[in-house]
Amino acid sequence: MDLKNTQLLRFTTAGSVDDGKSTLIGRMLYDSKSIFQDQLDAVELSSQNKGFDYVDLSLFTDGLKSEREQGITIDVAYRYFATPKRKFIIADTPGHIQYTRNMVTGASTANLAIILIDARKGLLEQTHRHAFIASLLQIPHAIVCVNKMDLVGYKKDVYEKIVQDFKEFSSKLNIKDIQFIPISALEGDNVVNRSKNMSWYEGSTLMYLLENVHISSDYNLVDCRFPVQSVIRPHTREHQDYRGYAGRIDGGVFKAGDKVKVLPSGFSTNIKAIELNGIEIKEAFSPMSVTVRLTDEIDISRGDMIVRENNSPEVTQDLDVLITWMSENPVFKRTKVFVKHTTNECISMIKDIKYKIDINTLHRIENIEQIEMNDIARISIRTSKPLFVDSYNRNRLTGGIILIDEQTNETIGAGMILNKS
Amino acid sequence: MSNYTINHLRELESEAIFVIREVAAQFDKPALLFSGGKDSILMTHLAKKAFYPARIPFPLIHIDTGHNFPETIEFRDRLVNDLGVTLIVGSVQEAIDKGMVKEETGVNASRNSLQIVTLLDTLEKHKTDAAMGGARRDEEKARAKERFFSHRDEFGQWDPKNQRPELWNLFNGRKNNGEHFRVFPISNWTEMDVWEYIKLEEIDLPSLYFSHKRKCVERDGVILAASKYINLKDGEEVTEKIVRYRTCGDMPITGAVYSEADTIEKIIDEIATTRTTERGTRADDKRGETAMEDRKKAGYF
Repeated sequence: MDLKNTQLLRFTTAGSVDDGKSTLIGRMLYDSKSIFQDQLDAVELSSQNKGFDYVDLSLFTDGLKSEREQGITIDVAYRYFATPKRKFIIADTPGHIQYTRNMVTGASTANLAIILIDARKGLLEQTHRHAFIASLLQIPHAIVCVNKMDLVGYKKDVYEKIVQDFKEFSSKLNIKDIQFIPISALEGDNVVNRSKNMSWYEGSTLMYLLENVHISSDYNLVDCRFPVQSVIRPHTREHQDYRGYAGRIDGGVFKAGDKVKVLPSGFSTNIKAIELNGIEIKEAFSPMSVTVRLTDEIDISRGDMIVRENNSPEVTQDLDVLITWMSENPVFKRTKVFVKHTTNECISMIKDIKYKIDINTLHRIENIEQIEMNDIARISIRTSKPLFVDSYNRNRLTGGIILIDEQTNETIGAGMILNKS
Repeated sequence: MSNYTINHLRELESEAIFVIREVAAQFDKPALLFSGGKDSILMTHLAKKAFYPARIPFPLIHIDTGHNFPETIEFRDRLVNDLGVTLIVGSVQEAIDKGMVKEETGVNASRNSLQIVTLLDTLEKHKTDAAMGGARRDEEKARAKERFFSHRDEFGQWDPKNQRPELWNLFNGRKNNGEHFRVFPISNWTEMDVWEYIKLEEIDLPSLYFSHKRKCVERDGVILAASKYINLKDGEEVTEKIVRYRTCGDMPITGAVYSEADTIEKIIDEIATTRTTERGTRADDKRGETAMEDRKKAGYF
């Protein structure tokens, strides 16, 4: 069948209720006609009940009961919409400091971050935090929306001052691609439709950028990494000797015939075939799930990694990591945790806490004893077996780990592996 | 390098297969909850692809309310046979007969909430530690915040405030004794994605989803199939209509829509122009604004 080449773009929004984040999302859903009549009816009715004289677009993204009562978003909510060009997944996250963990979660899989700034207020602590997290999680693209332009008379100099301030701040960060747009989510200026109120702005609308930003090189296509999820052995009469390795490509491009090496054994062999559902695949790359067959019978199990002979990840038991702490219980030196990395998992120990980062000023705070919820800190970890890692800068999938509490089994930290220096 | 991209359906497929394979690898006794609806049929298709040429390495669990469309049961049995997979049936009728639950009475009586007891009972009996379902985040607002790996305590309850963060491709399925997980591999699919994928992969569906003639009763704007499970109110009458179903739950609560769409292509066109949500036809969601959230906390699908 003919398949339209519609790409999927995942983006995050971070902001507090006051930034107009929910209104912006509501506006995108509404103007792209992704809202159904029954949803619209419900929102019109509750706007009326609250005594508003307009339809409160922010109500479209209203979530769970406890949130509606408090009027705040407390968790990551996922929204979906599509235009003829692309499908979009929004990870809608709250922006308060106590929800850094949710922002980090939403950012981990995003291609793009929308950072909202209230034109009346300019850069706030919160803006710094959002930009820092986008940089920390290596979101490839960022769009800074200066919102509520209607409330500052659509003035060009207000917008330009904010852009200047942001550029100054972000020069200390590592965000590869930043764009700026003046918008009014409430009035719809430059969201989906071009603003008639800001003829001085010659750039694109937000929707145009979302539809056209170049995302095909967001995955690592250079370093071949295939973590084995499981071994497929049918044990049926027709497939007596079949042995396939199931997994998702975490980096590079794999082809049949490629010479590969298996970690940790170090054995070399060739790829016999790459397939899914019995259908052969010519080239496999991120984020494809496939089954790989090899020419030689080698002992391989879950957690092993298939790589190219001349391009290996680092094989190590010592990790230098930037960690976001997600648990209400603080953590100290010499605490034991489970580390999960690709399809590997092992008991590990936090050996050292080097410093934590004040995410508003980017300053280092040294000599600390413990890490608390929502802290971002640099630590070193000793794992009980070798892991096959890349630096997070090079590959988000083979450079990310989560930490799991030994007793409660909760996910308590998210880590980004740093280059050994 | 720009050639190395995949279409959004293939990306969603890859994500779902990755999650299904994680479940098989991380849990001792996983199972796939099968309702007979298009989403759970899609799930069996993805599970087959994930392990081919091996068989699906976990059973299907069907919670049979006794109020199913006959077409659903027929389809289920054929699919189970084709896939060579084990089927476990949890019977709501049996739970009623044993006195474990009490049937609702009145004109709008439904067995929808009774399923929770039978479901939890069936999972416990089979020591299921991960139950996969075909729920999607775009269906309903309580589901928009659901994780792929959704942790349930020993009472099967969902606590929206105490969910594990999910980062990158890393899914944490570690648990204490007695706890289990619900896993939703097609979380990120929309109704349109499901239909486009069904068309792409030529997946077979029960005839209910296509336009057909059926005897119906209209109640509170919902078109319900006339069946022995539904009690007529005064003034209600049974008439023959041309309809199809967008979702597929129990006969007494699943509303049909007027439709002439008798092929997948026509259904996709219809959805592209339709102005109401899929669950807008479900009488069970109309019991209050937080009907789904309340049922989910108690252990619903």
